[in-house]
Amino acid sequence: MPKLKIEDLARMREEARRATMLREGAGRVKIIVHLGTCGIAAGGRNIMAAVLREIEERNLHDVLVTTSGCAGLCSREPMMTVEVLGQAPVKYVDLTEGKVKEIFAEHVMGGKIAERYALAVGSERAM
Amino acid sequence: MPYRVHCMVCAGTGCVSNRSLDVRDALEKELRKRGLEHEVQIVTTGCNGFCAVGPLMVVQPDGIFYQQLTTKDVPQLVEEHFVKGRPVQRLMYTPPEAPAPIPKMSDIPFFKHQRLIALRNRGLVDPEKIEDYIARDGYQALVKALTQMTPDEIIEEITRAGLRGRGGAGFPTGVKWRKVREARGEPKYIICNGDEGDPGAFMDRSIFESDPHSVIEGMLIGARAIGARYGVVYIRNEYPLALERIQIAIQQAREYGLLGENILDSGLDFDISVTRGAGAFVCGEETALIASVEGRLGDPRARPPYPAESGLWGKPTCINNVETWANVPPIILNGWEWYSQIGTERSKGTKVFSLVGKVRNTGLVEVPMGITLRQLIYDIGGGIPGDKKFKAVQTGGPSGGCIPAGMMDQPIEYVAPDGKHEARDYLDLPIDYESLTEVGSMMGSGGLVVMDEDTCMVDVARFFLAFTQDESCGACAPCREGTKLMLDILTRITQGHGTMDDLRALEEIGWVVKQTSLCGLGKTAPNPVLTTLKYFRDEYIAHIEAHKCPAHVCRELNTYRIDPVICVERGHGCGVCRRECPEKAIFGEKNQPHRIDTTKCKKCGVCVDVCHFNAVIVE
Amino acid sequence: MELATVEGIIRRHGAQKSALIAMLQDIQHEYTYLPEDVLRHLSRTLNVPLSRAYSLATFYRAFSLKPKGRHPISVCLGTACHVKGAVKILEKFERELGIKPGQTTPDLNFGLEQVRCLGCCGLAPVVTVGQDLYGKVTVPKVDQILKRYQKQEAAHAKT
Repeated sequence: MPKLKIEDLARMREEARRATMLREGAGRVKIIVHLGTCGIAAGGRNIMAAVLREIEERNLHDVLVTTSGCAGLCSREPMMTVEVLGQAPVKYVDLTEGKVKEIFAEHVMGGKIAERYALAVGSERAM
Repeated sequence: MPYRVHCMVCAGTGCVSNRSLDVRDALEKELRKRGLEHEVQIVTTGCNGFCAVGPLMVVQPDGIFYQQLTTKDVPQLVEEHFVKGRPVQRLMYTPPEAPAPIPKMSDIPFFKHQRLIALRNRGLVDPEKIEDYIARDGYQALVKALTQMTPDEIIEEITRAGLRGRGGAGFPTGVKWRKVREARGEPKYIICNGDEGDPGAFMDRSIFESDPHSVIEGMLIGARAIGARYGVVYIRNEYPLALERIQIAIQQAREYGLLGENILDSGLDFDISVTRGAGAFVCGEETALIASVEGRLGDPRARPPYPAESGLWGKPTCINNVETWANVPPIILNGWEWYSQIGTERSKGTKVFSLVGKVRNTGLVEVPMGITLRQLIYDIGGGIPGDKKFKAVQTGGPSGGCIPAGMMDQPIEYVAPDGKHEARDYLDLPIDYESLTEVGSMMGSGGLVVMDEDTCMVDVARFFLAFTQDESCGACAPCREGTKLMLDILTRITQGHGTMDDLRALEEIGWVVKQTSLCGLGKTAPNPVLTTLKYFRDEYIAHIEAHKCPAHVCRELNTYRIDPVICVERGHGCGVCRRECPEKAIFGEKNQPHRIDTTKCKKCGVCVDVCHFNAVIVE
Repeated sequence: MELATVEGIIRRHGAQKSALIAMLQDIQHEYTYLPEDVLRHLSRTLNVPLSRAYSLATFYRAFSLKPKGRHPISVCLGTACHVKGAVKILEKFERELGIKPGQTTPDLNFGLEQVRCLGCCGLAPVVTVGQDLYGKVTVPKVDQILKRYQKQEAAHAKT
């Protein structure tokens, strides 16, 4: 293994940080793919794969992906929620892999809600 | 594809003994079976500290905390959490008396009140991967120390931060570094004292096991500051996993050129070797430790000269404890102002405590100096199990003392050796170096053993004296003979043969041993006796005058009998006691009351432990 | 007595006198004790008095001059284990094995030791058997632990 210089250490830190950032639970964007029974039946797993592919292809390191159960709107699955830090979460419904691509380009990268696929902005009030 | 989930499986000694590695293997297999091995990454980490509920796993990025996992739980866990995204409530932690499980690690009281500096990376890094450490700003403090700071500035930073030795005595670290820097003699040495001998303390083991690079980086910064060429990590023989992890870490650091010659092109040369202890408590004392590194008997010698002037191979040597070294990188990276805001006026920063004994949430916790014992034992520790009454807490191992329950609202800090302090109301005892010494105990390495009404304080004093008497190296008479005399007296008292004169003798001998012993072992050995005599004198008197042990621990003073009603009505004469009694002193038939033949009974107390119905009465 | 093992250990430490303790640790590990002829050989090769090797061997707890059992049992008697009743665990092992701490069963299957603190105080009382660690041990649990290793020995004896 080559001896490190200070610049190498900085570069290694950046690379390793990307791989482990997830553990700190903080990212710019959080994407929740709804994987209840209904979500999975409607193709949610493919949506998850598409999301992870987008992250890989775009080399993103500040996007966290997580899953949740049924969102209660089974007829509109597959669904996902995109939450940009500091903004209200947006629920996207009736997803396809193509729509995921567009949502990434517009919302995750561009910061503009892809309204044509969005069900609503915000989430239910709990308690 | 990037991973979307990291499963941080605890592989500290405690969790491994509860089969956490089997859980990890089952998880790997199940993930492959479900085709999720590219989405979910499994990371084995060091100790998380909450050993009481292991094996543990934290799922990130959501921070879901799973506990007491078994291989049987794995299929459901994978199906529900990783496939369907529904965290499994059944496997979460529910604090005593809480209505529902707490999903997130950060919300659990045991973790919520902690502030991690020395343990900053625990559970977040794989201790065998240097990349994980680097990702968490590892070796950035070294870069800063090499490129932006002079050695004097480093020492100034550590001094102003107010860092004090975490091994027990609380000597200011910056002052020690300056002495070694100014001492004449080459080469200079740095030693990491990992001979964690105090029974009841295991923070050093945990740091080695969960974040070994933090110690290496601290030593590197120390090397730059004092101009040391070589370092030695001295590690206790009883810690095989810690030994393995620090060796791996040193090897990795060497491969990356972070140890060796011309480190990071800065001109700094420094390398570290590892010495394994061979099982002698006295080797935690610095001069004995140095003798042991040199391949000799671990005999302490008189100081001065201090190791700072004449240490390893007669050269200036800086010796600090594991936790102290682990604190160095964050101080350098964040500055002394940041560090000195944490803690109390005289005791800065945090301290790691092992919270053990009669407390619900046993484990390892790091808290700001100045926290009170009440916060530690009740808020973090969850109180005393089984509705028992809290009696005392023992701090500082065999060198420390017992602090009675009445003082638990006082914060924890370090005490100046001159001990000049205004008398304070015990009811607000802060945990710091000063206040613990004031009440006759000491910080020590941070073992906090909680004791309840079933603990006999005379027995505890005898336990510690038996320890120090056995570990006394015999070099000086006060320690060799004094501890023996005190142990004999204590044994006599626990057997019901003590006299009131014995108490005075204990105090007198205790003071002589304290004042005249050669090294720290003898100087502090009487502390457990003197503090219990001070705060629990009535227990001693009960043993002597009434021939009773109020906690029913000292067996010679107990009598045992079986309550016939409980035995039959609740236990249906189950006979467990009869089968387990080593003296065959218990008689009885199924469904009939059992009884103890007191002429045969040797009072071992096994019947009490094995009876499921509390039918054995001790008086 | 074959000396190839000890020769290898001496070489590994560069025949340095200062590494005497480390060599003794390796010898202890290889032979489960420090055999007299091995100590004599070591002292001749390194040119250190036998008395020095002997003093180290008797000062440090890690060393034994008698063979240890194949399954060395260590009962922790640290503070946390003590207040949680470790003495009764130790006594149970003594009764079951018929030996005292420091001794080995005649068949060399088990050795019994009391140790100061294994640093697993969160799981007190703690016992180790070889590399295996057992936490929250109770008197009835001692039987189960012993059974596990007795089974291994029985299976071993058959083959």
